[in-house]
Amino acid sequence: MLDPTVREYGSWGRYPRLRPRAVVPITWRDELPDLAALPGSVLPYGYGRSYGDSCLNEGGTLLDVSGLNRFIHFDDQTGVLRCEAGVRLDQILATFVPRGWFLPVTPGTKFVSVGGAIANDIHGKNHHVAGTFGRHVLRFELVRSTGERLICSPAEHADLFRATIGGLGLTGLITWAEIRLKPIANAFIDEEQIRFESLDEFLALSAESADRYEYTVAWVDCFVGGGRYVRGHFMRGNHDPSPERPKRLPDRTLRLAVPVDLPGIVLNTVTIRAFNTVYYHRQRAARVRKVIPYEPFFYPLDTIHAWNRMYGRRGFLQYQCVVPTDGDNAAIKEILDRIRRAGQGSFLTVFKTFGDQPSPGMLSFPRPGVTLALDFPLQGAATLRLLDDLDAVVRASGGALYPAKDARMSATTFRASFPRWQEFARYVDPHFSSSFWRRVTSEDGRSA
Amino acid sequence: MSTATTTPTVLIIGATSAIATATARCYAADRARFFLVARSPERLAAIRDDLLVRGATQVDTYALDLTDLDGHAAMLAAAKAALGRIDATLVAYGTLGNQQQSEASVEATLREWHTNATSTIALLTLLANELERQRGGTLAVISSVAGDRGRRSNYVYGAAKGALSIFLQGLRARLRKAGVRVVTIKPGMVDTPMTAHLRKGPLFASPERVGRDIYAAMRRGRAVVYTPGYWRLVMFVLRAIPEPIFIRLPL
Repeated sequence: MLDPTVREYGSWGRYPRLRPRAVVPITWRDELPDLAALPGSVLPYGYGRSYGDSCLNEGGTLLDVSGLNRFIHFDDQTGVLRCEAGVRLDQILATFVPRGWFLPVTPGTKFVSVGGAIANDIHGKNHHVAGTFGRHVLRFELVRSTGERLICSPAEHADLFRATIGGLGLTGLITWAEIRLKPIANAFIDEEQIRFESLDEFLALSAESADRYEYTVAWVDCFVGGGRYVRGHFMRGNHDPSPERPKRLPDRTLRLAVPVDLPGIVLNTVTIRAFNTVYYHRQRAARVRKVIPYEPFFYPLDTIHAWNRMYGRRGFLQYQCVVPTDGDNAAIKEILDRIRRAGQGSFLTVFKTFGDQPSPGMLSFPRPGVTLALDFPLQGAATLRLLDDLDAVVRASGGALYPAKDARMSATTFRASFPRWQEFARYVDPHFSSSFWRRVTSEDGRSA
Repeated sequence: MSTATTTPTVLIIGATSAIATATARCYAADRARFFLVARSPERLAAIRDDLLVRGATQVDTYALDLTDLDGHAAMLAAAKAALGRIDATLVAYGTLGNQQQSEASVEATLREWHTNATSTIALLTLLANELERQRGGTLAVISSVAGDRGRRSNYVYGAAKGALSIFLQGLRARLRKAGVRVVTIKPGMVDTPMTAHLRKGPLFASPERVGRDIYAAMRRGRAVVYTPGYWRLVMFVLRAIPEPIFIRLPL
């Protein structure tokens, strides 16, 4: 009964809950409405997988691009795919993995649109070798509220190209894009999971794996404390090279779902600690190698539909930051210390070391350093205070917060995270806006 | 390998609807050859490109306003010329008119009826004879759960779909001997441009889900298909409610 693609026009963290005044479906790229005549400001909306308010536009119009979901052209020599902006990544995988092609960069869910992947300049487990999604975008069409249709690429309208990649949907409507897929031999990943006992071990594993593994990420239990800070599982993998393994996986539709909002009490510090402990000990051996299908490797949570409901009606906050790595990694340690002292649990904490491939967008989030993604059940003011404290640490370190995950950062934090924001603002379409954008560009940085 | 014998030939009438597109994509993965009919040549071109990328062997398109009954015969002749034998036919066009408008206007009521009943039945008359001559094939037509029982909120649309369902019932019996399988598709509420103005509840399904169901039903030649499947139960219950009670329900 639950269908992952039926839309409710919220965001994934279910906080804040902000309603648009109107939703306009965009179904045909040659039949666009007059964007300047729609009620209030407009914002493209795909599948609502941003966590906070960057995909919301309270009181304005959402352009629902899920109907723009057609492929346009594929070159099976070069792997260049042209498709409409509302195509979801799972649709690309379903069609092209059996033919031996894979996404150049994929996030932890495949239920995002190509337009959203560009607008958030998403990253994945291969950031250290491939950089962000935007690096694999060759060109796209951008429709401005004036009705102008511009082909943007590194060579044409290059400034709008760089503003739109990571531009949070604010520079206009992307109708189609060209991206370069990469060849694979089969649908499997050679994975190795390694247990680690400390932050230093995590950093060492990251450094050691960067050259030999295309994909690296770590699941982390950050309740450890002491001099070790964390323990967890380091996962690294490569596409399996064997031509004998199948390219097609057996069809599996979603089997599991969280059908209703769980009471907020279900996820508390005790249950989260218990989960973390069990998860940590599920792997008895220090090292396990196996060949697994790409789906559980990249998208472990996609098999549980609507997992965000575990956090109950109040929703939850994701907190993803990047902090530069330096000699003693004081910023990471301070962040971990503060979380542990506050006693606020993070259920799914993910660490990843970014590489130094420059991100193409003016507002791109990834930059060299370690990125931490944590989620917190929303427990009122205490949670918000803790995250404000973490922001201060991130700012002081010269790091940044990820807008796609954010529902509460201050204007100050945004501006510190994205020093080119004023340059970017010049390319924002005058009829486009979002609740996020109004929040981080308002004086107090809090009003939506 | 001869593609003509291994790939299905598929005629889709009303090919630019979201449900038709989703169904066509399943056939495209089988490397089908298509003949697509709809009103807008630009929309047809977009669907054609999509199906070709997804693996379709050949896609021909034909622009026609299907409420124009005089155009049906020439269109069918063109489809036959392009495809040869027609293995699978999906009739997927229709409009979900505004019930209040229909109540206020005879013209609006008859327009709804013409699109969803008269023109479809006219087309099916020609199609049935063609498939009977061909002695085989699958003919799937999108009706609606709304045709199972008249409700105050959309009985004009419902009546047209109900007429269509009964027509198909008879057609199925008639064409059985010719080896033609007639499939009546009854989708519930689907999240498409047709329903963009409605508030989405938990009973809404995506066109992808419905398209997969239709494809599977056409492959198996099932008689009556509710999609998603739970609508069979919902409509069983709705049909069982006695009329004096039913007319008081806010449905």
